Amino acid sequence: MTSATTPLPRPAAIAGRRRRPAPGRVLAWAYLVVVLAVTVFPFYWILRTALSNNLQLPSSPSSLLPVDFTWGAFERALGLASRAQAQAQGGSGASLDTPLYLRNSIIYATVQTVLVVSCSAAAAYAFARLRWRGRDAVFNVLLSALMVPTILTLLPNFVFIRDVHQLNGFTGLILPGAFFSAFNVFFLRQFMLGLSRETEEAAIMDGAGRLRIFFRITLPMSAAPIATLSLLTFINTWNEYFWPLLVSNNDHARPLTLALGVFKQSSPQAAPDWAGLMAATLIAALPMLALFMAFGRRIVDSIGFTGIK
Amino acid sequence: MAQIVNDRQAGPGGAAPGRRRGRSAPPAVHHRGDARLAWLLITPAVAGFLVFFAYPAARGVYYSFTSFHILVPARWVGLANWDELLHDGVFWHSLGVTVYFVALSVVFGVLLSLLTAVVMHRLTRSTVVRGLILLPFLISGVVTALVWQWMLDPQLGIVSQVIEKVTGLHPLFFGDGAWAVPSLAAVSVWKSLGYNAVLIFAGLGTIPPTVYEAGRLDGASEMQMFRRLTVPLLRPILVMVVVLTVVGSFQVFDIVQVTTQGGPANASLVLQMYIYRKGFGELDFGYASTMSLALFVLLVAVTYAQMRLARAGESDLS
Repeated sequence: MTSATTPLPRPAAIAGRRRRPAPGRVLAWAYLVVVLAVTVFPFYWILRTALSNNLQLPSSPSSLLPVDFTWGAFERALGLASRAQAQAQGGSGASLDTPLYLRNSIIYATVQTVLVVSCSAAAAYAFARLRWRGRDAVFNVLLSALMVPTILTLLPNFVFIRDVHQLNGFTGLILPGAFFSAFNVFFLRQFMLGLSRETEEAAIMDGAGRLRIFFRITLPMSAAPIATLSLLTFINTWNEYFWPLLVSNNDHARPLTLALGVFKQSSPQAAPDWAGLMAATLIAALPMLALFMAFGRRIVDSIGFTGIK
Repeated sequence: MAQIVNDRQAGPGGAAPGRRRGRSAPPAVHHRGDARLAWLLITPAVAGFLVFFAYPAARGVYYSFTSFHILVPARWVGLANWDELLHDGVFWHSLGVTVYFVALSVVFGVLLSLLTAVVMHRLTRSTVVRGLILLPFLISGVVTALVWQWMLDPQLGIVSQVIEKVTGLHPLFFGDGAWAVPSLAAVSVWKSLGYNAVLIFAGLGTIPPTVYEAGRLDGASEMQMFRRLTVPLLRPILVMVVVLTVVGSFQVFDIVQVTTQGGPANASLVLQMYIYRKGFGELDFGYASTMSLALFVLLVAVTYAQMRLARAGESDLS
């Protein structure tokens, strides 16, 4: 970091308040620190509450440290505590079969992501690298999907899935989003349009067919945006709420996010098991946080990228 | 966004936002099997589009003209639902609630993300800072809603505790009719701030420093440069952020469903919540579809207006 008095202009600091650096910069830093604190604090508060004894929480609600430290809330949230144990710590006795929901979420998000990204990549290739009559018209029709609010299609889709008896299972959960995503097609097409033609032409000279070029050249060259897209799709699917709420009325395929909402509703209104709820919340958020640890930079860059492109 | 539509066929009424200006696909080397292979490759996407998007969308339009309770087949009733909609006080109330929520989310969300992006851009390139600020975007609306409901709990919530100690007031947040929507909007802003800030931050990176150097030579002040250079040059990305926030906020559901469920006394009954209540609470799919369609029409109109307004005097880097 350059010190505030350095006269050398950093490219980053364009339009910086270089003439009167001190007060503005201090204010700006203060603002940023406050924003970061407000952003991060709730995550700490989840952890602090999750490690507290629910019955003791009211005694010191503003203590920054866990109140009467215990792993009990996690045991309740993971369904490891007996009913008596749970109630002794202020649990509601409601249980959350976290391993099952976790499995459901993993299946739902993984299968959905793999399917929709593959289908989108194939379509994007056809729209970006192949020449055929009606290409632009078809593309624009598909893009119209970006405009329609999900609620308009959700109700009829629900009726359809019910009519084909696929409620409460993975098929009904995954199918509607498995083949087509306007955003994904658009995003990948945009990238593939920018690929150079030389490699492709060389491959054609060598007698490679279009399909071979797709698998051997275009796909590998698009590895980075495909990874990005998979990440974003996975996160979105993991956090999906409305559609699972409609189609999953029992535990069989109910994802974690949804189960969390149900768990909350089974908690008594008067004295909710906040410690247990926060433990469950943390468990639900943990995979996303882990993903973030692993791919933080990529996620950050990809969001910038989606905006600029 | 500016390049969503890339060709002539989009026409003036093209459904997608964005403008024609884009490049078209490089003139690929002609190959005989191209068309057949192309159709093969797009078959899954087109099938998904037709079965789970176009058909249900058409179906939704049809339902909006029917009396349809899920167990009985739909019966055509013409404009009855629309007539009901016009006279449904709750619908208009929920529309008002939604617009209020959207306005709060957009104004505070966009201003704060713009400010945050500009501050970040001046102070630090750190991916860690951008990453931290992005954390709320990664977690689900349910998780967000739960933690904020806990922090805003009138009895034990840390925010309530602090406010009470500092000011002596005792706000009820989600439990107070006057505060329910602002609380929801605050939570929604908290969740989306980082995402929007990172988008705008990326936009700032595309503005060449020479623009500011020229401004400085002309003796422009910081505020002048921000208003006359930064904001106009960011216009495309700001428009996109505003459109995304508007479209997203109009469809807010999970935060509401987990925290207030539309209460107290319908004070936070956003449109999507009302549609859900009609459709899945009362199984009145016909009327729920009518409202969904109304929401769609509204969104198209709002988006179109925004794109039009944004294009007036568009100044882009070129």
